[in-house]
Amino acid sequence: MKLGFSAEDEAFRAEAAQWLQGQMAGEFKDIAGISNLVSKVERRKEWERQLAAHRWSCIGWPVEWGGRDATLAQQVIFAEEYARAGAPNRINHIGVELAGPTILAFGTQEQKARYLPGIAAGTQIWCQGYSEPNAGSDLANVKTKARLEGDEWVVTGQKVWTSLAHFSDYIFVVARSEEGSKGPKGLSFLLMDMDQPGIEVRPIRQMNGEAEFNETFLDEARCPADATLGEPGKGWGVAMGLLAFERGVSTLAQQMQFRNELDAIVAAARTNGKAADPVTRQKIARAEIGLNLMRYGALRMLSNTDHAAIDGAALTYKIQWATWRRDLGELAMEVLGQAGEIAGGEAYEWSLLPNMFLFSRSDTIYGGTNQIQRNLIAERGLGLPREPRGDK
Amino acid sequence: MEFAFNEEQAMIAETVQAFFAENATSERTRAAMEADGIDRELWASFCMELGLSGIGIAEEDGGVGLGMVELAIVAEAAGSQVSAIPLLGLATAGQAIAAGGSAAQKEQWLGALVSGEAIAAAAHAPAIRAVGGRLSGTVPFVAHGGLADVLVLVGEDAAWLVATGDAGVTVKRHTTMDQTRPLATVTLDGAAGAALDFAGARNALHAAGWVCLAAEALGGAQATLERTVQYSTERMQFGRPIGSFQAYKHRLADMMVLIEQARSAVYWAACAVDEGAPEAQLALHCAKAFCADTYFECAGHMIQLHGGIGFTWEHDAHLFFKRATSIRSMMGDGDWHREQVARLTIGEAA
Repeated sequence: MKLGFSAEDEAFRAEAAQWLQGQMAGEFKDIAGISNLVSKVERRKEWERQLAAHRWSCIGWPVEWGGRDATLAQQVIFAEEYARAGAPNRINHIGVELAGPTILAFGTQEQKARYLPGIAAGTQIWCQGYSEPNAGSDLANVKTKARLEGDEWVVTGQKVWTSLAHFSDYIFVVARSEEGSKGPKGLSFLLMDMDQPGIEVRPIRQMNGEAEFNETFLDEARCPADATLGEPGKGWGVAMGLLAFERGVSTLAQQMQFRNELDAIVAAARTNGKAADPVTRQKIARAEIGLNLMRYGALRMLSNTDHAAIDGAALTYKIQWATWRRDLGELAMEVLGQAGEIAGGEAYEWSLLPNMFLFSRSDTIYGGTNQIQRNLIAERGLGLPREPRGDK
Repeated sequence: MEFAFNEEQAMIAETVQAFFAENATSERTRAAMEADGIDRELWASFCMELGLSGIGIAEEDGGVGLGMVELAIVAEAAGSQVSAIPLLGLATAGQAIAAGGSAAQKEQWLGALVSGEAIAAAAHAPAIRAVGGRLSGTVPFVAHGGLADVLVLVGEDAAWLVATGDAGVTVKRHTTMDQTRPLATVTLDGAAGAALDFAGARNALHAAGWVCLAAEALGGAQATLERTVQYSTERMQFGRPIGSFQAYKHRLADMMVLIEQARSAVYWAACAVDEGAPEAQLALHCAKAFCADTYFECAGHMIQLHGGIGFTWEHDAHLFFKRATSIRSMMGDGDWHREQVARLTIGEAA
């Protein structure tokens, strides 16, 4: 068991830090510190390309696909330095952290060559088409249909909560490709081009006023038959594999954002005097403890060589961070007081902490609600009997 | 960076878990509770047969080397059975003597503590006054103090070794809620106290004590979860195992979420101390506060989720609940540790 970094890793840290800080103080100063995923989109696409040009866009990937084959330690270091430099949240995080690793794990050589270079180069933004109006917590209840027509899939249905679909180039879609199939069987995992007449995206305005999520309508949308990741009809396994990546290294970058949010709360508390209040100090300490344990939990998960077989510990991660951040949002508003309820200008737009407070109410819902997480932990992690279903 | 057990650590974990599961049975623990709160036979075989009592003490001082990670592994296993042994005293006093003792003091005590011939206890003793090398005052709440041959006492700016057999030392044992680690009040009246290096002894005592308690709490909490999961699959109501009801399984899931964080906390703190990391102090406070609360929460759930049987003397749930209660209040409560976290991260309250 070892926590310290080697001299080689520290040299890597220095290199990454120098480059990132140089960018944020120089050419990309205008987008430093942005944590949402909706503002200054064009500039942030440029930033993705800049990262790629210097081979910093997907360092954990193999060298042959534009990565650096970075070790776990180096990925941890890069995530830390990325946040320390104040670089903006990755607008293509779905491509780099979800689509890419899934294609690397399940894709054919030909599929890798078709899709990975665009992600690595920062030129193709991806989004995720899982949820549907009647496939939320019951994700396997997908109704979107795919039928083969010659050498093309023809896909019709509706996806919802599609983050960033409004500026994405590709979407991965879970669709029912075997007529009459039910539940997790008969689903296929399709990689689709967003730029086609059969796909229409309508934004969903959220309670914080922003519109990061969308409804995505597919009406005879098409993709080549060989754009199926994994076997046709076995898409559920691919989708679940992808959820495992969601619990992997990407969590470290997310934690750095949490660090910045907690630091902002502490700064606000120092400014308005709440930092001296014993009750507030207890709450800040609880947040500090939780964030540290999240970090070491992720390192434990990633260091565990057995983690391909998603073990129980990894199942606890989602509810842990989601609940922590919801509590952090409440703490932010307690520290800010009524000042936190007044927007900076006339528009219904919120600065970092009030926006986080509002947005964090979605954390305990998307990617599996806290209630679904508890079912997963209890049934898969602890081996408890399943709840009887109403549809069987 | 490799935050997972190495081969040797995994082997130690397997060995100690098997040792405590086999030997620290409920029956033997209850026998110790009826007596003076220690299973002497268990302690003797732990010290003499297992060969792990010298963890964290250098080989030239009679120990086996290794560090806080290995101590945590042992304490976790001991805690999972609520073992009635003076492990905390050995860890705290042993580390304090190893770090702050003279060569003669180490020679006199460390070998005897590691072999189990002598039992040690340690305590925070702000009320002790030293006049001309003689100590006077009262030290309350000394864990396993009624059995100790030697005490390490840490005052505001000094630390001492006191042999309980010496003149001027009176020890009063108390009937204590947690009967597996009874508390005693030690009164000194002009007793001989041998000085230890203050900072060395205090820091080592704190690190070992907080790691030991946090790890015991982790082991205990994990045991409450496992035992309750077991019960929930056997107990039938409404024609179903009670563990199939969401109201029930969600509470078990919440326990697991806390316990996995506690596991990260224990080994982060232990590892940080071993590596002399700048964040070691922060990690120790996080671990003590979080693990103690986790254990208490889980032990409380264990009682509730067992229903009436969980409230009986016969069932082991109360052993966990009482140990959790004592760990929460021992060596700084949660509020105190969280205030230290606040002090380290946002500064003094001013």
